[in-house]
Amino acid sequence: MLFQLFLSFVQVGLFSVGGGYAAIPLIKSSIIDTHGWITLSEFTDLITIAEMTPGPIAVNAATFVGIKVADIPGAFVATFGCILPSCFIVSLLAYAYRKYHSLPLIQDMLSGLRPVVVALIASATISIVQMVVVNGKAADLTGIVLMVAAFCLIHFRKLNPIIAMVGCGAASLVVHGLFGVPLS
Amino acid sequence: METKERKPSLVTLFFSILYISAFTFGGGFVIVTFMKKKFVDQLHWIDEEEMLDYIALAQSSPGAIAVNASILVGWKIGGLAGMLIAVLAAIIPPMAIITAISFAYQAFASNRIVAMALRGMQAGVGAVMLDVVFTLGGNVLKQKSWILIVLMIASFLAAYLYDVNASILILTVLALVLAGNLAKRIQKGRKS
Repeated sequence: MLFQLFLSFVQVGLFSVGGGYAAIPLIKSSIIDTHGWITLSEFTDLITIAEMTPGPIAVNAATFVGIKVADIPGAFVATFGCILPSCFIVSLLAYAYRKYHSLPLIQDMLSGLRPVVVALIASATISIVQMVVVNGKAADLTGIVLMVAAFCLIHFRKLNPIIAMVGCGAASLVVHGLFGVPLS
Repeated sequence: METKERKPSLVTLFFSILYISAFTFGGGFVIVTFMKKKFVDQLHWIDEEEMLDYIALAQSSPGAIAVNASILVGWKIGGLAGMLIAVLAAIIPPMAIITAISFAYQAFASNRIVAMALRGMQAGVGAVMLDVVFTLGGNVLKQKSWILIVLMIASFLAAYLYDVNASILILTVLALVLAGNLAKRIQKGRKS
């Protein structure tokens, strides 16, 4: 059982290129459809949890399914399986990068990719900013004020980003919790 | 919180990634943004271009972007030991949190206090991401190369408006660079 769990998550780790949501259909087909280790509604819960908590979805899923199937050892086996392919493949890439990144052709490729990466980060940023600015259908004033304030502190005052984020969480607790501003 | 420069150490590597991994949610690009902030802007262990290369590699390899980026940063800072430490630091927080939550999911998901704090933290994540995008985007513009600027704008539109998959974008640009190189070489061949 543990070995099957391990193999299933090696598969998830190996074939989910592009991270995040790319892993969801893979997890669904192998964990739910083939093995029936968790139900579809547990799977939906899992995605909700994954969105609310830190960490990659695949790692969250591996831990969650692992616990359901074989408790804490299951969590370890599944998570280990899920990151094992990355460890090999990306380490090879790290080696290749060190060795070849100064070749002219590779230099050209890398300098072409950098603006693409910036664009990808920008695109992810806009989606998050939208989520902050608009809550349901109305504008979320608390979110906008917090975000602008945090941005200024980080950009101009070099405030530590993690402190800024935890600070925003705390401020939101005060505004919504103590002053009773409704959440949505 | 001025920029503090420290010599690369495995302990700092471990705790830096542990913190980032424990506090950032919202997908791979969020965590690599925080990594860029930490390792490029604060610790100065990696330069900006190399970090962007890592993100491209992490994005195009199988597996979670956060884990892949940790592997690359780990190798860079501390070789094999650095890689193992970085991966551990990246997966300990989500494993611990999911383990705790899976025993008390209902209470967690319906807790109003949790929802309020998370809502505020999203604003913080947005702010950090905006900061990094302004810095990175500004640096691309500063290079004053129209090809790079067009690439950036076109990829942004493709990713944001048309939901083009990141891996496909990366492959397309690689193919374009290859084709450009080939064209150059053919021209050279004709001249000689």
